[in-house]
Amino acid sequence: MAKNYMDVLKKNAMLIVLVLVFIFFTVMTGGQMFQPLQFNALITQNAYVFILATGMLMCMLTGGNIDLSCGSFVCFLGSVGAVMLAVKNMSTGLSIALMILIGVVYGGVLGFLIAYVNVPPWIATLAGFLAFRGLGTAILSNNSTTGSISLSNNEGYMALFSGKLFGTPVGQLNITCIIVGIVAAVVVVILNFTTRARKLSKGYEADSASSVIIKSVLAVAVIMLFAYKLALSGGIPTVLVWVVAIVLIYSFITSKTTTGRYFYTIGDNAETTRLSGVDTKLIMFLAYLNMAVLTAITTFLVTSRFQAANSTAGTYYEMDAIAACVVGGVSAYGGSGTVFGMVVGATLIGVINLGMSLMGVNADWQKIVKGMVLLAAVVFDILAARKNATK
Amino acid sequence: MGKTILEMKNITKTFPGVKALDNVNLKVEEGEIHALVGENGAGKSTLMNVLSGIYPYGTYEGDIIYNGEVCQFQKIKDSEEKGIVIIHQELALVPQMTIGENMFLGNERGTKNAINWNETYGEADKYLKMVGLSETSRVLIKDIGTGKQQLVEIAKALAKNAKLLILDEPTSSLNETDSRALLDLMLEFKKKGMTMIIITHKLNEVVYVADKITVVRDGSTVETLDCHETEISEDRIIKGMVGREITDRFPKRSGVKIGDINLEVKDWTVHHPLYTERVVVDKVNFNVKKGEVVGIYGLMGAGRTELAMSMFGKSYGTDISGTMKINGKEVNLKTPREAIDEKLAYVTEDRKGNGLVLGKSIKINTSLANMAGVSDRGVIDTDKEYNVAAEYAEKLKTKTPSVEQLVGNLSGGNQQKVLLAKWMFTDPDVLILDEPTRGIDVGAKYEIYCIINDLVASGKSVVMISSELPETIGMSDRIYVMNEGKFIAEMPASEATQENIMAAIIQSAGGGDKS
Repeated sequence: MAKNYMDVLKKNAMLIVLVLVFIFFTVMTGGQMFQPLQFNALITQNAYVFILATGMLMCMLTGGNIDLSCGSFVCFLGSVGAVMLAVKNMSTGLSIALMILIGVVYGGVLGFLIAYVNVPPWIATLAGFLAFRGLGTAILSNNSTTGSISLSNNEGYMALFSGKLFGTPVGQLNITCIIVGIVAAVVVVILNFTTRARKLSKGYEADSASSVIIKSVLAVAVIMLFAYKLALSGGIPTVLVWVVAIVLIYSFITSKTTTGRYFYTIGDNAETTRLSGVDTKLIMFLAYLNMAVLTAITTFLVTSRFQAANSTAGTYYEMDAIAACVVGGVSAYGGSGTVFGMVVGATLIGVINLGMSLMGVNADWQKIVKGMVLLAAVVFDILAARKNATK
Repeated sequence: MGKTILEMKNITKTFPGVKALDNVNLKVEEGEIHALVGENGAGKSTLMNVLSGIYPYGTYEGDIIYNGEVCQFQKIKDSEEKGIVIIHQELALVPQMTIGENMFLGNERGTKNAINWNETYGEADKYLKMVGLSETSRVLIKDIGTGKQQLVEIAKALAKNAKLLILDEPTSSLNETDSRALLDLMLEFKKKGMTMIIITHKLNEVVYVADKITVVRDGSTVETLDCHETEISEDRIIKGMVGREITDRFPKRSGVKIGDINLEVKDWTVHHPLYTERVVVDKVNFNVKKGEVVGIYGLMGAGRTELAMSMFGKSYGTDISGTMKINGKEVNLKTPREAIDEKLAYVTEDRKGNGLVLGKSIKINTSLANMAGVSDRGVIDTDKEYNVAAEYAEKLKTKTPSVEQLVGNLSGGNQQKVLLAKWMFTDPDVLILDEPTRGIDVGAKYEIYCIINDLVASGKSVVMISSELPETIGMSDRIYVMNEGKFIAEMPASEATQENIMAAIIQSAGGGDKS
């Protein structure tokens, strides 16, 4: 039994670290971290990490491949979008459609270069990293004297990607938010129990009843805590809908579809996968096409949150995405990693960022701490893998 | 005979949950060739890892007595300093470096901060001569064949001043000629007083070189046979290894009706993917009938794997010409997917390199080539996938606690069964099995042969590529002999003998020179 507990601890090590870090910052900030507004901030400030890291996860699965260009592409696409929306006064729908199209074209070109021309991914995307920052800045300075284009007048665009759903004043309990929380909690509990019942009825290995109960209680507690805090902070942030939708879709793709399966087997052994009749080049192509589309969605959220396009937008985003994946247990060599792990990793980094800002730690030290956390996560992963191997 | 150079006494090594070695005793006399045989997972390699210090002193129980003193090796360097050098099955050479650089890797000649290249290459050449290689040591490793690479490994060991040489499966990737040359070299070293321990699955080699044979089974030493007292037959060794008498190494196939031609290949020609003017497979014609096992025998490098892979959706080679008919219908297979769809399966010889995904479970590996069979519109039916894997594991007697087990944790024989399961699940009509029993032990081989018999009994056709003559003759209905890219002979198994197959190869090589 004790061994089982150890296994559970090991499996959820990052989750436990996340809780401990959260408690640490709550104590250190005298409870400020636990305020409703900080829950809201945690989501709105980190939405871009969740979405970019989802795309990065798909790339990394195929063999530790990364996309260095996504941060610069956010800057570039943001400035193109701002020109369409605020300078040319095009309609919101058309602008969004064109921005997605540009994302698809870039993803297609990048995917073609990497999958079919065999350009190493980090070089192909390094080119984009440099070029798009330059292009974005040039577009902005050609269209504005300040080097920044405001989007605050484009209300439709803003409402789609930022703000609150059914917002209420801060401090007042938002009923919609609570109801959504309750529904989500009920769905999670029902899923937990039906999955177990189905497994048992077919005679497969299933978790014990007690562990399913504990898991459900914890999940309900976390969901309701978030719902309550967000309800007090004015309602569900719009970006949360985007993040949850993308996380759920990609959880499904990675765990339940054949295409998702191939991302994993290619990362482990591309040649075996190819000889098993899988079009491995197409999968590589899809990884980068998908990355660019998710980057376009990220661009909407980011420009909307800042209510402007500017030349520093997206700086270091690619690094944040990679760090979230690695801290979340995605293998730097490919072949393993889950969306859930990535979410935990991204949240952990978000909590550390937010906590340090609240404590008034200066920006230089924040970077140092983040670097150390990243290194510690990888070392921990390698040591854990080694321990398993010698078993 | 001579004095005892090495004694390993009551060695016990436990891994968490497993006792890998249980009171093993091994005694080696100076100047002998001592063979260590046993099934996969019997503990041979673990024992040698204990001896060479890979498992440091203190992690095992028992004593190693070498040259009369008890040794406490902490790392490989410690054992190498005493002259115990191990050559592993997987060659540890850097392909992009020269022979000389490889030979003194980690043991560089010169001063502490600068390498003396003249000394390096001068000495390397000297050691190369000792193993009978005429290459200069400035040649890159990647430019010489596997046989020669193995000899470089031995030269490297000599350079470390080896007194006791341990060879772990030295001939597993060599063809028969190179294997024989290596064994003869060992006999020559013996004359000079070198002591050697050889681990091998090839029992004919054991009989050829060994003075003594120690049989390991399930982590314990079963017996030590002295080859000079009585003549030891291969069957005698097998009896010790598996603990029972194997009356027939090849299961009988009876009542299988051989039907119509299932696969027919005409004028199949393949060129090398990089050196496009080089012909790797030259106008090959052959066919397989329903219910038939056709053996393709050839030495390593004859072009057998290249032939099979080029047929399997052009997975190898360029400028492929010729026609292929499956079930009477002419097919042009451009990708592995098309080959699978036309009911052709290629079961690779390199199961770790391109056959299996080692870091994934048996379940994932079993369904990989036929995901459509366990999914609906791209969504995986996880229950069905589990059931399929479990069914095949049971049918093929794969030894595993669960199909969620990682394939990398299985023994070679069980990995081979997972590989077969993967391809059987694609429901092929024709299976090309490339070296289906390479590197697996006697017991598992027998089980693989039984699976082959079941396959043809159900009306499928099997093309079995092998470089083991007894296996080719014992399992095939018909045999093609391949050499230097050409099919040089075809005979029914009933007429085949080891002698006439080898004669055909030698004749064709000789004939080739004249024409």
